[in-house]
Amino acid sequence: MLGLRKVAGIMTGAAMLATSALGLGTAQAADDVIKVGVLHSLSGTMAISETTLKDAVLMMVDDLNKNGGLLGKKVEAVVVDPASNWPLFAEKARELIEVDKVDVVFGCWTSVSRKSVLPVFEELNSMLFYPVQYEGEESSRNVFYTGAAPNQQAIPAVEYLMSEEGGDVKRWVLAGTDYVYPRTTNKILEAFLKSKGVADEDIMISYTPFGHSDWQTIVSDIKKFGSEGKKTAVVSTINGDANVPFYKELGNQGIVASDIPVIAFSVGEEELAGLDTAPLVGHLAAWNYFMSVEDEENAEFIKKWHAFIGDDERVTNDPMEATYIGFQMWVQAVKQAGTTDVDAVRQAMYGQEVKNLTGGTAVMNTNHHLSKPVLIGEIQDDGQIETVWRTDGVVKGDAWSDFIPESAKLTSDWTYPFVCGGCEKAMF
Amino acid sequence: MRIILKSFLAALAILFMTQAVAVSADLTEASQGLLAKGYKDKTAAVEAVAATGDARSVIILEALLGGKLFIQKSDNVLVIGVKAEGGYKTVNAITGTEIGLTPKSDVKKVRINNKMRGLIKGQLGGLTLLSDDPALRMKAANAVFISRPKEMMAPMQSALASETDPTVVPAMTRALAALELRHGATMADKQAALEILSDLHDPQVKSLLSGELSSLRALQNPTGPEKELIIAVQAGLTKIDEKLDFLNIIENIFQGISLGSVLLLAAIGLAITFGVMGVINMAHGEMVMIGAYTTYVVQELCRNFAPGFLDYALIAAVPLAFIVSGLCGVGIERSVIRYLYGRPLETLLATWGISLILQQFVRTIFGPTNKEVSSPEWLSGTWEVTGGLALTYNRIAIILFAAAVLLMLVLILKKTAFGLQMRAVTQNRQMAASMGIRTGWVDAMTFGLGSGVAGMAGVALSQIDNVSPNLGQAYIIDSFMVVVFGGVGNLWGTLVGALSLGITNKFLEPYTGAVLAKILVLVAIILFIQKRPRGLFALKGRAVES
Repeated sequence: MLGLRKVAGIMTGAAMLATSALGLGTAQAADDVIKVGVLHSLSGTMAISETTLKDAVLMMVDDLNKNGGLLGKKVEAVVVDPASNWPLFAEKARELIEVDKVDVVFGCWTSVSRKSVLPVFEELNSMLFYPVQYEGEESSRNVFYTGAAPNQQAIPAVEYLMSEEGGDVKRWVLAGTDYVYPRTTNKILEAFLKSKGVADEDIMISYTPFGHSDWQTIVSDIKKFGSEGKKTAVVSTINGDANVPFYKELGNQGIVASDIPVIAFSVGEEELAGLDTAPLVGHLAAWNYFMSVEDEENAEFIKKWHAFIGDDERVTNDPMEATYIGFQMWVQAVKQAGTTDVDAVRQAMYGQEVKNLTGGTAVMNTNHHLSKPVLIGEIQDDGQIETVWRTDGVVKGDAWSDFIPESAKLTSDWTYPFVCGGCEKAMF
Repeated sequence: MRIILKSFLAALAILFMTQAVAVSADLTEASQGLLAKGYKDKTAAVEAVAATGDARSVIILEALLGGKLFIQKSDNVLVIGVKAEGGYKTVNAITGTEIGLTPKSDVKKVRINNKMRGLIKGQLGGLTLLSDDPALRMKAANAVFISRPKEMMAPMQSALASETDPTVVPAMTRALAALELRHGATMADKQAALEILSDLHDPQVKSLLSGELSSLRALQNPTGPEKELIIAVQAGLTKIDEKLDFLNIIENIFQGISLGSVLLLAAIGLAITFGVMGVINMAHGEMVMIGAYTTYVVQELCRNFAPGFLDYALIAAVPLAFIVSGLCGVGIERSVIRYLYGRPLETLLATWGISLILQQFVRTIFGPTNKEVSSPEWLSGTWEVTGGLALTYNRIAIILFAAAVLLMLVLILKKTAFGLQMRAVTQNRQMAASMGIRTGWVDAMTFGLGSGVAGMAGVALSQIDNVSPNLGQAYIIDSFMVVVFGGVGNLWGTLVGALSLGITNKFLEPYTGAVLAKILVLVAIILFIQKRPRGLFALKGRAVES
């Protein structure tokens, strides 16, 4: 037994040596660097989306080092590849925290990968920044959610379509991929629509498997559903690769935006890059950021991105902005706390402000969600999304939706006296 | 006399000139709203521009709809811009005078939303109803059908009276009937219009009638004739529904065949490598993926070096994809698989490894993001067979392509010397070898043929699916399912298997949803294989026993 443990110890030591040698290239003492973990899939199905976020973190680390590092130390990114394999996310997270001893992790895209790493971060009391829009109904002490909660994306989008300007929509198709994010979002949306007086027969819900490629039936169903004399819109939570054949089929079957608009929550500039967008002009997307927004901060960010990646054609998107805001906030909080200790940094995070790339300021709330503006845009023929509507100010992210009865009662607040991610009364 | 005539002409000219100037001034004033930021002002401006009746208003509205209308930042003038090297080639939108090349940063696009798009289409409909181009008149009639403004009644009537093109007449009749139903003066007019409409069977008419029905029902105190109209509309709707139900079945069959032909294309290469040779080839999907990437490369080369042939790049890609994937297949067979014949488990693991290597290889070269393979003009859009039944061209093309590939393979297998050798080697290797057939060479060529056919499938799939490193993985399971279900080693079995799976899937989907339909089909196949382990068309005879 003892022998085994010894062997394990030696192996861990060897692994540490190997990683530090790989990462640094020079024999720098571990005390002189601050390590940042990057937990994004670089292979498998999600590589298409997540590789970009890895590059975004590397760019910001690079930038930070050029400007003198953090607390006088050099910042080093440790990149691992969880390969779109959900259990592997948990293993790699543990490796980052225990073996590489990183001070913070930026990572995950799908909700299922986040759920898989959650227990690891809580057990080892580490810190994760999650940069993607998600279904809510969660708030962990060890996670900061810099993407949109449902009330920062789905609800405003539906409200826009219901308004006069958005087309006065009366009938709704909720189409999504079959997993936790679309199912929870659609549950919230259904409750919201019913609270607004939409009848059962005016809501159609349809789920499809990951990577679904044969959309003929669903698109012709949508066409039929839309021919009942009421203005119809599609709310799409279709994720990843499946969007391309979906939009192709829409275009081919001649569903244009002025008849049946489609508003998407998972389609951004990056996803449109693989698509001829001419037949899609006018379809909508709801995010907190569009590359096309004219703002000095944004122009600066895009310039840096193009310089870093060495390709002027590459686009930026919402999860990149969320990663950017999260990273800047973490840097500010570390500076304020004077240390990278997780508990101290967490306390410093609350109320931290960073300029949005779309104008205005994002603020970190005590429920670990951001306050930021909501934008609705139309797809253009050059693959960009142009803003047609935005909220006046910022919207505060709500971890627990007000439209699901059991979660409406819950409060998330990690400061005294609540100190919980979801409880009905204060803990103290 | 001559003086009088001259002065008259001069007066006429002056009158004409002032009028022309006046109209143009009107247009300038009407279009001012388009410079505003709010959509309300812009909407009003669109109506005002259309109301001027100026010939330029059509051009302005079309530019606005097409996203070609810009505001010149320096002097707030509306210009129409066409993309050119280094910016836009612009002309003044009101006067039509050319301005020249304007850099991108000097102009700002006039943004519109979906509501305005509908409005502009309707207004353009009114303006182009008497155009010289029958296609434009058709579009105009359809736009009026959707928007149904009351003031279009008289113009539509006169347009229909003077219409000579037989293809445009039905569209105009339909639009006029829709107008009559909404704004008709007497109940008799409305009833007559309803009769015309309920003989048509397309979803748009259904949408119109349902809309009318709900607004009629919302009436507080319907009069006698109005009640009668409600009943008539209901009857019309039932009539349309019956026809649509029938068309629905035809549509389902078409979609089933189309899904089946996609499955067939994906599986047919595997029917050779797995079915004929017995190699469990997990890298089959990657051959499809390589075919799709070849299409992308061919299209990019065309875009850069011969933009005129861009529409035909897809055709050129078919043989090239066959060659590239085929060579890949020969390489894999010679380097790995030939050492593993007769060891199925090791072959499975080795080919699985190869598939991962190929995926990452492509990811490293082309990047992890999707690549855009655009559809040529002749593959876009739908063929309206009749109202309510529209078949998309790309699906029709894939069905034909799948049939052609199958036919080609059958001919190769049955009618060529190579096919004969191939069958001989599969049936009895020793005997074939002793007859002087180079079995190793035949193995390599057979595997190359299967892989090449998979590459051709990739060309077709690039039209309906993502071109990404994961393309192949999506099809590998379906392909094995089809080959095993159809009967290993039998091309006809593959055909019947693919089509029956496709059609079953499409008939289940409306009732069960896409997820459950897939599960049900899978369960059905498992049960079927329990009953008939060799699939639909099992090979008989000594070859099977070995």
